Amino acid sequence: MADDPIDETADPPKEAPNPPAQPLTPQHVAPGAGAPTPASPSTPAAAPAGHKPAAPPKPAAPAVPAEKLAGKTTTVAAEAAKQPDRAPDDSSPLLTRRGWIALAWGSFTAASAAALAATGRFMFPNVLNEPPQQFKIGFPSEYGPGVDERWKEKFGVWIVRTPNDVAHNAPGFYALLVTCTHLGCTPNWLSAENKFKCPCHGSGFRPTGINFEGPAPRPLERARIVLADDGQMLVDKSRKFQQELGQWIDPEAFLRV
Amino acid sequence: MAESKTVQTIAPKEPALTRGWNYLTETQIWKSIFRHGAPVTDRNRVLVMLTNVFLHLHPVRIRKSGVKLRYTWCMGGLSFFLFLVLTFTGLLLMFYYRPTLEYAYSDIVGLREHVPLGIMREMHRWGAHAMVITVWLHMFRVFMTGSYKPPREFNWNVGVIMLVLTLLLSFTGYLLPWDQLAIWAITVGSNMARATPFLGHEGPGAALLALGDVKLIHAGDDARFALLGGTFVGEGALLRFYVLHCVGLPLVIAVLMAVHFWRVRKDGGISGPL
Repeated sequence: MADDPIDETADPPKEAPNPPAQPLTPQHVAPGAGAPTPASPSTPAAAPAGHKPAAPPKPAAPAVPAEKLAGKTTTVAAEAAKQPDRAPDDSSPLLTRRGWIALAWGSFTAASAAALAATGRFMFPNVLNEPPQQFKIGFPSEYGPGVDERWKEKFGVWIVRTPNDVAHNAPGFYALLVTCTHLGCTPNWLSAENKFKCPCHGSGFRPTGINFEGPAPRPLERARIVLADDGQMLVDKSRKFQQELGQWIDPEAFLRV
Repeated sequence: MAESKTVQTIAPKEPALTRGWNYLTETQIWKSIFRHGAPVTDRNRVLVMLTNVFLHLHPVRIRKSGVKLRYTWCMGGLSFFLFLVLTFTGLLLMFYYRPTLEYAYSDIVGLREHVPLGIMREMHRWGAHAMVITVWLHMFRVFMTGSYKPPREFNWNVGVIMLVLTLLLSFTGYLLPWDQLAIWAITVGSNMARATPFLGHEGPGAALLALGDVKLIHAGDDARFALLGGTFVGEGALLRFYVLHCVGLPLVIAVLMAVHFWRVRKDGGISGPL
């Protein structure tokens, strides 16, 4: 910034002297010291038209000579004649030089913004290759008592058949999600010790899903389990039931058999 | 007026936008980023170019013919622009593409069917075709304007190498869709490597490289094998072409581009009409 006044004085004003419409007052230190200019790299798209009144009037900027408009329509000739502040080489019949630059930067900015938005959208695919949230797991007669691990890998649930559930006081099935309620690891079912044990931080859960050791703050979650029309059991992981919220007593959190 | 009041010139109050702009450009953050004023003088215009890492890649001044489309065709610039487009779109494609026999083709289909803006892969493909064309036209222009002559003969050779690298990038990318067209095109293309002098097992001179009855160059260790990572276009070829296409060749061509652009300036700028 400090260089500007030096340059302004060093360079002989080529285009125009300070415009008379812009009186030199104490607040006006030097032209270009603070006011944004259309050519500033940081404000490429700033509408230059807004600064038009402050633009120095070109000395002796004549209307486009009539002979240059030979062959053009009279409307264009009239429009061009209305532009008294144009440089002699700024003779485009459609837009001023500033207009063209604003159009170019505006188009470039718009295209860049669209490309950026498209790139962001690209990162969110419309199809996922992930296991379904809702699935059938066979008939109740296919399951013995206790914890069944056959769907742990594929769907991420344990199917437990109990003679007397803690929440429903009835025999039947519930589906436990295999996500530890501490930090989201997958616990192991230790049949010898009759508990789920998380290998990450040592949280332990009873077969009911109730936590009893380690850092886990709450029981494992249960998923919706109902009988489908064909008699198979249907598990829906998109509907979860949390014991600490009293949701295990929901009829769809437990399948009475 | 009766009262003798000192007449003071009071400047008109500036609009809020101007005051805000003045405040912003006086902050330390702003001044730490922009070391000079707006490029409204010749000196500041030069400073803008020299103090910006991106702008300084372009010379501050070039001769008038250098910006004339009818002289340069802008083919070098367009080739570089297409390289940037291909780098960017290729990077995005890498988020979805897996170079394995199991997934390669279905991932390509998925890029069209499952991922928003399936045009991303088409942009990469068409951009690649376009870059091959612009690189050839750039070479044609350089030849027709005699720009290969001293002192630019070294840069001509750099350019020839980059032409070959462009074709190799196109060739390696051609295999990645892993459809019938890709596999057989690379099968045919890589069969040419069989005939490499000395290094291809069917090439001239390969028979000379033998110890008694033991052939040193055979189908299991010749140039074609090194290219494919096997004796036919299989999983090894797919992975090798993928790594070459995404990392190896772009790295080499980027370094050569830096040399190329640097030498253009060191050899006196874009050549002018004689």
